[in-house]
Amino acid sequence: MREQKSIFQNLDLLLVGLYLALVIMGWLNIYAAVFNEEHSSIFDVNEKYGKQMIWIITAVVLATVILIIDGAFYTTFAYPIYIIGIIALIAVLFFGTDVKGSRSWFRFGEIGIQPAEFAKFTTNLALAKFLSTVNIRISDLKTKVISGIFILLPMVLILLENETGVALVSASFIFVLYREGLSGNILLLGFSMIILFLLALLINKVTLFATVAAVSVIIFIAMKKNGKNLAKLLLGAFIALGTIFSVNFAFDKLEPHQKKRINVFLGKETDKKKAGYNVNQSMIAIGSGGFLGKGYLQGTQTKYDFVPEQSTDFIFCTVGEEWGFVGSLVVISLFVTLLVRIILVAERQRSAFSRIYGYGVASIIFFHLTVNIGMTMGLMPVIGIPLPFFSYGGSSLWAFTVLLFIFIKLDSYRLQVLR
Amino acid sequence: MNNFSDRKIVMILIIIGVGFIFLLRLFYIQVIDDTYKLDAKNQAFRYTIDYPARGLIYDRNGTLLVYNEAAYDLMVLPKQVKDIDTMDLCNSIGITREQFEKKLSEATAYSRYKPSIFEKQISVETYAVLQEKLYKFNGFFVQSRTLRKYPSEVAAHTLGYIGEVNPEIAKQGYYREGDYIGISGIEKSYEKELRGQRGVRIVMVDVHNREKGSYMNGIYDTLALPGKNLMSTLDAELQAYGELLMQNKKGSVVAIEPSTGEILAAVTSPSYNPNLLVGRDRTKNYGKLLKDTVLVPLFNRALMAYYPPGSTFKLINGLIGQQEGVLRPETRYPCARGYPVMGGRPGCHPHASPLDLSQSVQHSCNSYYCYVFRSIIDNKKYKNTEEGYQAWRDYVMSFGIGRKLNTDLPQELRGMVPSVKYYDKYFGKGSWKSSTIVSLSIGQGELGITPLQMANIMCTIANRGYYYVPHIIKSVAGQTNFRPDFLEKNYTRIDPEHFGTIIDGMEQVVEAGTARVAKIKGMQICGKTGTAQNPHGKDHSLFVCFAPKDNPKIAIAVMVENSGFGATWAAPIASLMLEKYLNDTITRPELEKRMFDGNLITTTIKQ
Repeated sequence: MREQKSIFQNLDLLLVGLYLALVIMGWLNIYAAVFNEEHSSIFDVNEKYGKQMIWIITAVVLATVILIIDGAFYTTFAYPIYIIGIIALIAVLFFGTDVKGSRSWFRFGEIGIQPAEFAKFTTNLALAKFLSTVNIRISDLKTKVISGIFILLPMVLILLENETGVALVSASFIFVLYREGLSGNILLLGFSMIILFLLALLINKVTLFATVAAVSVIIFIAMKKNGKNLAKLLLGAFIALGTIFSVNFAFDKLEPHQKKRINVFLGKETDKKKAGYNVNQSMIAIGSGGFLGKGYLQGTQTKYDFVPEQSTDFIFCTVGEEWGFVGSLVVISLFVTLLVRIILVAERQRSAFSRIYGYGVASIIFFHLTVNIGMTMGLMPVIGIPLPFFSYGGSSLWAFTVLLFIFIKLDSYRLQVLR
Repeated sequence: MNNFSDRKIVMILIIIGVGFIFLLRLFYIQVIDDTYKLDAKNQAFRYTIDYPARGLIYDRNGTLLVYNEAAYDLMVLPKQVKDIDTMDLCNSIGITREQFEKKLSEATAYSRYKPSIFEKQISVETYAVLQEKLYKFNGFFVQSRTLRKYPSEVAAHTLGYIGEVNPEIAKQGYYREGDYIGISGIEKSYEKELRGQRGVRIVMVDVHNREKGSYMNGIYDTLALPGKNLMSTLDAELQAYGELLMQNKKGSVVAIEPSTGEILAAVTSPSYNPNLLVGRDRTKNYGKLLKDTVLVPLFNRALMAYYPPGSTFKLINGLIGQQEGVLRPETRYPCARGYPVMGGRPGCHPHASPLDLSQSVQHSCNSYYCYVFRSIIDNKKYKNTEEGYQAWRDYVMSFGIGRKLNTDLPQELRGMVPSVKYYDKYFGKGSWKSSTIVSLSIGQGELGITPLQMANIMCTIANRGYYYVPHIIKSVAGQTNFRPDFLEKNYTRIDPEHFGTIIDGMEQVVEAGTARVAKIKGMQICGKTGTAQNPHGKDHSLFVCFAPKDNPKIAIAVMVENSGFGATWAAPIASLMLEKYLNDTITRPELEKRMFDGNLITTTIKQ
């Protein structure tokens, strides 16, 4: 066991650098998105970019505090932190402020805090703590159930707050479970069910089922009629049947605007005014950027409010419009590099807790990235979750900072951990 | 470490896979597909058109004939209309609440985000009232346009009018719907010169259609260039005098300067006030004028009406006969109250007989020209009637008859000189002779000549053998060589030496012949009366003349429909026009009064 002399010793500078790069690029793009020649100072705290600057400064302070705190703190207090998070999620249901039909914000004058954002790292901590318990095996049903409870409890509370998009983020933990030994088939099954769900909305259900059955038979024959596989195949076919025919029921449970978003995404409805408007405008903004972009502060679609939510959920439009394909390539590459780096760093941990926590960080960021950027270019239905480090908003930036820097701390602390 | 560390590969592949899918998608919508760039332009750019002022039109002396007056269109942007006092707005522009709702819903149906015209061409007075309150009416603004104004209210047909382009023309490119374009007269034929060059400003707008400044500091903007001013050949005073003389009569007067082909006056009667076809009431007024089938005020008689030239055509036959060598100035033919060869048909009025060429003009002898015409057609040098007729027709057409003169007014028609084919069809091939068509000798029959062509014939005779293409514009933005063909002489097929005798005869027509009423002291006027047979009613009165005899300044053709002999109405009107133009004082107020007061329309209608 070695002594950690400075908090910056063993710090993964690549991760810190990527974090700073993304945060600053986000800030510059928020400035461009709401740019107005009359109020042109980027430091004006009455404007979103000025506020974001304050969020960034405080986030850096927060990150430093996290690095100063002893690494053992997070392992030791994982459950209490989780419980505090749950309490906050419950409290906001009663004392929170209504914002656009969802009750997920604590308001303190100008400042708002959204507990759901912080639930990401509290859940991640608790899950890491639980799965790193000695001799635990994910193949045990008990492990699966308890992991499920850890994940589902905050998810349900966030759903009650009417923040469907944020709640969906919990699904990203499936990658963590996969890494820790969950059967790949389950991952595959989940993925297939989503595809089947969407296909069932698009095409005739009987045709779809006949196709699934035919494919199953072909696979069975290709597997030389192995009896053991037959059982698996029958189970798969049964689940497929169940998925296909429960689609209508599940779909009916959705809110009207959610149904509409899915229909627009599937191309079943064209609604350029409401649900489709955002995506259409977003794609116009990105598409009009061309190869090199219109130049910084030269975007017309985002700056002149054609794209709604252009500083939060649709911040990527500003990148696409002003920096073009080249700028988008840079931003996406930075994110991919960050994610791959997190996984590689996670894999070098001696402590299972740190590794599992790291995978959680990667999974959560990956989920946000996929859904958010996918949405801006029409590859995903509109789900209101922010682009990590980029989007305007204090809670989101703080939550992602805490999420990432706990991991950076755990990594720098790895040499002091006894296996 | 546990046993599943290989799964990091799967995770990394998924992450890179998603990144790759994003880049493919981005490459497609940003680099390959252009529709989004177009959509962005359509949304964020507003192309504001600066309409240039349309060119002005002056008469030959610099009197303003057409100018522009400011008008205002009340525009509406439906998306921005809210919290307004509807009744106040309705009262300000004088519409009802129902009309307001209807107009607004029409505008909304067109586009919520683009401005459309709410109320067209509101008056200056209304605008003054409205301007004070406009700030209260969110979503409404005023766009200035120009209207044409005709201060002297003359020459309606010649000046023409402008109107909104129809969708077909708008589709062809330059014009957009709502733009104005010349529809008739000078406004039409000089549209390109008058309209100028539109300017376009690219303004960026936000989602609420608020202007956000010019695009790229205006480097792609173009300036509006005002239209070119035109100087017309018209003499506004003469034109106005002609219109006064022709009031309550049907017909037309065309006056041309022989030495240039410049049209000094082109009177069509009945006419209308050109200011009627301007502004908000244009459509209504146009409909009224169009429906008037008794007066047909929109019909441009000066350029479009065909008349048989009557006795005035004898001049041309006299010239052709001389050129063909079948007629000499001293040739005499008898008259027996008609053409003796064909049993006194066509008939003639009493006069001394026989007459020589000059006298035949003076007394307008029908018999004489039957001899002349038949000697031309039946000339031995031609194999048959057809060939003789064809030769005659070629001579006639060299005077600018039966074909377009290619003037710069759009309504010009070619007139009618029957072809050999026409007669072959009418009478049967080989079944017609010079005697069959002998009425052509005295300008009756199937001939159709427009007043413009008649005046041009006078120019040709005045010039002793050539004419300039009659035209209505003297200069474009100070340039006189805009149509080089207007400066070229067009020669007839008649040699100059043959004109003397005919012109002498024409002088005698006024001095001591059929048109003594046209005589003005101290002026050598050469003229010829005519009566165009009208199978539908009273004959048309016709008089053509030019003056002075030497170095002619003006040639005139006057046609007064249903007024009988040429000497009664047409000759006095032509004479007064000459006096007005050449002397600028009228010495015969009784004659003038008789012309002003003469009402031939009510009597015609009574019949």
